[in-house]
Amino acid sequence: MNLLGKLDWNAIPLHEPIIMGATGFMVLVVVVVLGFVTAKGAWLYLWREWLTSVDHKRIGTMYCILALVMMLRGFSDAIMIRSQQALAAGGAQGYLPPEHFNQIFSAHGTIMILFMAMPFVVGLMNFAVPLQLGVRDVAFPTLNSVSFWLTASGALLVNISLAVGEFSKATWWGYPPLSEMQYSPGVGVDYYLWSLQISGIGTLLAGINFVTTILKLRAPGMSYMRMPVFCWTALAANLLIVAAFPVLTATLAMLALDRYLGFHFFSLEGQGNQMLYSNLFWVWGHPEVYILILPAFGVFSEVMATFSGKPLFGYRSMVAATMTICILSFLVWLHHFFTMGASANVNGFFGVMSMIIALPTGAKVFNWLFTMYGGRVRFSVPVLWSIGFMVTFVIGGMTGVLLAVPPADFQLHNSVFLVAHFHNVAIGGVVFGVMAGYNYWFPKAFGFKLDERWGKASFWCWLVGFYVAFMPLYVLGLMGMTRRMQHYDNLSWRPWLIAAAFGTAIILVGVVCQVVQLVVSIRNREELRDVTGDPWNGRTLEWATASPPPAWNFAFQPKVAELDAFWSSKNRAQATKDEPTPTRKYEPVEMPKNSATGFVTAFFAVVIGFALIWHIWWLASVGVFGAFVTLLAFSFRRYNEIEVPAEEVARFVRSHQAGVAA
Amino acid sequence: MTDARHERAPGDRPSREMHASAPSELLVYTIGLFVAVLLTATSFWAANTTLLWPGGVLLGLAVLAIAQMGIHLVFFLHITSGPESTNNVLALAFGVLIVFVVIAGTMWIVADMSTNMMMPSGAPMSMQH
Repeated sequence: MNLLGKLDWNAIPLHEPIIMGATGFMVLVVVVVLGFVTAKGAWLYLWREWLTSVDHKRIGTMYCILALVMMLRGFSDAIMIRSQQALAAGGAQGYLPPEHFNQIFSAHGTIMILFMAMPFVVGLMNFAVPLQLGVRDVAFPTLNSVSFWLTASGALLVNISLAVGEFSKATWWGYPPLSEMQYSPGVGVDYYLWSLQISGIGTLLAGINFVTTILKLRAPGMSYMRMPVFCWTALAANLLIVAAFPVLTATLAMLALDRYLGFHFFSLEGQGNQMLYSNLFWVWGHPEVYILILPAFGVFSEVMATFSGKPLFGYRSMVAATMTICILSFLVWLHHFFTMGASANVNGFFGVMSMIIALPTGAKVFNWLFTMYGGRVRFSVPVLWSIGFMVTFVIGGMTGVLLAVPPADFQLHNSVFLVAHFHNVAIGGVVFGVMAGYNYWFPKAFGFKLDERWGKASFWCWLVGFYVAFMPLYVLGLMGMTRRMQHYDNLSWRPWLIAAAFGTAIILVGVVCQVVQLVVSIRNREELRDVTGDPWNGRTLEWATASPPPAWNFAFQPKVAELDAFWSSKNRAQATKDEPTPTRKYEPVEMPKNSATGFVTAFFAVVIGFALIWHIWWLASVGVFGAFVTLLAFSFRRYNEIEVPAEEVARFVRSHQAGVAA
Repeated sequence: MTDARHERAPGDRPSREMHASAPSELLVYTIGLFVAVLLTATSFWAANTTLLWPGGVLLGLAVLAIAQMGIHLVFFLHITSGPESTNNVLALAFGVLIVFVVIAGTMWIVADMSTNMMMPSGAPMSMQH
């Protein structure tokens, strides 16, 4: 019996300079970060205040940091894909061999969807939803920490695959038979499977947590029709998570059984059906698209209303459109495989359903336009991202409606036209959305604004770069170029691909501007400081408390009597300015206690994942045992809450008010 | 919409006056257990008997199974038509809808592809209907 399973020194690709260079860089960054923390003596602080924190704001911030780091990783994959295709024309082979190129586009898709967009969206919801609802935390704070650390574990496994072994070469959806043992005997698909399974469980737990929070924990008086739109979109997205993620988990579990125990769910030789995998994968995959875009729609709604100084136009229609999309998103999944061989009746039904989804989405676009109409729009960074989104997303939506026509799809499927379409909605929708949210809520999270100049530079580079990078792909798709080509012989494609690579370079400048924006803002934080807690003249409850908010969010639970609760309370305060404010008695606050459960469970999850990937069975059992004992220990914890004394709450409020007055 | 309507979560203690009029929990569970056992016993009997027309047994078992689900929802999971369980009823409806869409859709799609692809070699795929 081999103690280390399939793992040996050959797993580390020492002969591949590009992979080793990337690995070396990754290790260097980790060493620098760890060294910095050690030099500052911040380990205890980090452990107490962040790693074991169950505060939704801290967890949300960590989700966003994870997403930003993974964005750099996924974006470097994108640069490699674009530069390879710009080089490898005619007889040239470029610099990436096919096995490596296949891993790169698989990793790019997996990382950008599951480890960049998902953590960013979940992070923004984590940060903003409880504040907007006027409550002190989510329904299950420790579970929230477990969710985050499981997501981080999945991301860690993907990054380990760079140095130890390989990543999947079977694209980010891993269709069998290519992903079966027979055609993918390496550990790549196993890395894909276990990183998705572990982070998928984390996401499912987060979904349950947020559905419960939004349905059960709202400030007194906040009926459903008084909830901010971002909370509505978060509710819809989390309902979709709860409904869709179990399908992904079950599908990947069946693929794992095929690969590990010789089952035949999806392999033809044992009477399995590989088409069932495509079907089940997209039963999850299509709602997943809306899990990402609905919260982005919520961010745009908040940003548009705040920066136009007007209530959101058509709040009720916005809510109705959100919930309609929530249901309809479960009725369109076949459009991901129109060409697999279904008859015209089936294709026709799903084509029509896919086109119908454009209606509620179009209603939303008109609502945002009418919100701006007649308002005094301040063209701040979040607004620029929102306007850039509206233009870009409408173009992407129209190519989407085109692709929803089955005969058109037969021409365009598997071409780079499709690649251009989904990047058009994913970048123009989700990335612009999370960037708007990041710039919008950053002052709430840290107490100072992000630098406007660098933010604007970053936006313009992203916007221009996006068009230069992806419009050529529409043309190339119509010229017949298929996806995922490591090299090609048709030299007439090359100018377009060089243009696309140039566009990626412009986006790179945008990404650099974002990093610079963060550094410059931290350095100039005293000039950018916001003491009021309400830098944008906001409308919803998160702006009613200090920035950064105290652990307990609100000293007194807000009472809500209408939509845009904070806006109306500000207006009332204006009217009754001369009346003395009645003094209220501060009360002690019960807060959930920190817990290492999430961190330790996730550590064991990484052990389980790594051991299963390399077939180290004893280590996998150690991991399962460790995770079980950790959860058991948590369930025997006797004191779940600590009391923040009334004096401390009062002191915080007084110092905040003194800051506002000064 | 009143505030009170949204503030009580299912599982919360009902207010005193509601408590007085509602039947005791033990009674509810006992009735539920009795009906559930009755339905289970009936289905076992129906599956093994020769007294009934075999074609009807299948339908009868389906009816008994659905009734069993209803009993569980009402007596054990406390789904009621009252305002305090609106959330639960809506969540249940959403879940049932999604499960129905996924299962019915999957069966339709896979069966359709299966028949559409069972063709003698050389004949083109039917894309007409």
